[in-house]
Amino acid sequence: MAINSEQPIKFSPLHRLQWEEAQEKYIILYPEGMVELNQSSAEILKCCDGSKNLGQIVAELEEKFAATGLTNDITAFLEVALQNGWIQQ
Amino acid sequence: MAGSNSNKITPPRWLLAELTYACPLQCPYCANPIDYAKVQSELSTDDWKRVLSQARKMGAVQLGFSGGEPLTRKDLPELVKHARDLGYYSNLITSGYGLTEEKIIQLKEAGLDHIQVSIQASTQELNDHIAGTTSFENKKAVAKLVKKHGYPMVLCVVIHRENIHQMPEILAMAEELGADYLELANTQYYGWAHANRDLLLPTKEQFEQAEKIAQAFKETVAGKMKIYYVVPDFYEDRPKACMNGWGTTFLTIAPDGVALPCHSARELPGLDCPNVNDFSIEQIWNESKTFNFFRGLEWMKEPCKSCDEKEKDFGGCRCQAYLLTGDMYNTDPVCSKSPNHGVIDQAINDAKASALSGSEKPLVFRNSQNSKKLSGA
Repeated sequence: MAINSEQPIKFSPLHRLQWEEAQEKYIILYPEGMVELNQSSAEILKCCDGSKNLGQIVAELEEKFAATGLTNDITAFLEVALQNGWIQQ
Repeated sequence: MAGSNSNKITPPRWLLAELTYACPLQCPYCANPIDYAKVQSELSTDDWKRVLSQARKMGAVQLGFSGGEPLTRKDLPELVKHARDLGYYSNLITSGYGLTEEKIIQLKEAGLDHIQVSIQASTQELNDHIAGTTSFENKKAVAKLVKKHGYPMVLCVVIHRENIHQMPEILAMAEELGADYLELANTQYYGWAHANRDLLLPTKEQFEQAEKIAQAFKETVAGKMKIYYVVPDFYEDRPKACMNGWGTTFLTIAPDGVALPCHSARELPGLDCPNVNDFSIEQIWNESKTFNFFRGLEWMKEPCKSCDEKEKDFGGCRCQAYLLTGDMYNTDPVCSKSPNHGVIDQAINDAKASALSGSEKPLVFRNSQNSKKLSGA
């Protein structure tokens, strides 16, 4: 499954992204399961609000973390996220 | 006692709130204890709220409202709202009986995250027979309403000898109803299912045939429907890693407030399971004899003790060891390394003989009358 770079990306309404104080981590919750996220994965998913496409998400994160060349890493993670149904286009 | 050890205690993550033993259905594989009719008291709304708050504070986040039929509790929407305010991801585990569209909307507004509807078979006749109640058409209507109101729809079908031949039709039904998740739960033989095992346990050939069909279907619906296949451990070589290890992840609270490391642990002797009326969840989880009993690996006997897989399956299920070998410290007899493994072969043979005999005794349905009769109450 590949990300369409034109279309906006949104977090799935059938999942929930939530900060867990007890673990000091973001987690994804869904029926019968949960996934713990590392910080960078959580930052990417928080950008998936349905208003931005891939390029805009990359730009926002590169600015936020004063970094460049994040396109490949972010794309790879979003493809996994799409495969798992965490995000939609 | 078994579990005085120095293992680091991890916080509970999953809480199963069995709100009541009352249920309009009579499924003969119900996971509730055989003697449930002896339990007369139920926690109050305030008790449940306190339990939810305390467990959440420790780290519990996945919450199942179960029973019996949790919809029989009038305070369900209030408890759902409390759970949402605390940040739980909550699931209503229901027969669908009595679940109106109005209630579905009300629970959504209260913050319920998903609804798991059980269906007993793919035909009305068999569904209503197994459920002991006319319920098939209602369940299908409920499944559609759950979907309509934006919940992830989880369909749960318990698989056993009476319905395993319907696997293709069950899968087609799940697709037609638009299930986002399908749980194909091969019966686990505790409680009522243990009592009815000769009539419920399919043959190995039946299992393999059904599993093949389910696996092929899984590929055709990839990306649309997620399938959870609960394995039939009687036909496995190694036991399940029951509850992800005792007292590591799961916490069950029974209707009367008894706290359990798994929903069957009430059947084990000498555990003195604590009650939430007497202790906080933190005390129960960290300090009680019950939750420390089989924590870690120190309690093990051979062949588990020297087994290189003990950290993978934790010796399997304590309740199964007790039910089938009479000693809860034994290796789960499902394991082919268990000296008691013969009891599994015996169970399989007995069930097969029963199926072939043509004069099977009837299923014992789960209701108060049978509960009292079987437990001598």
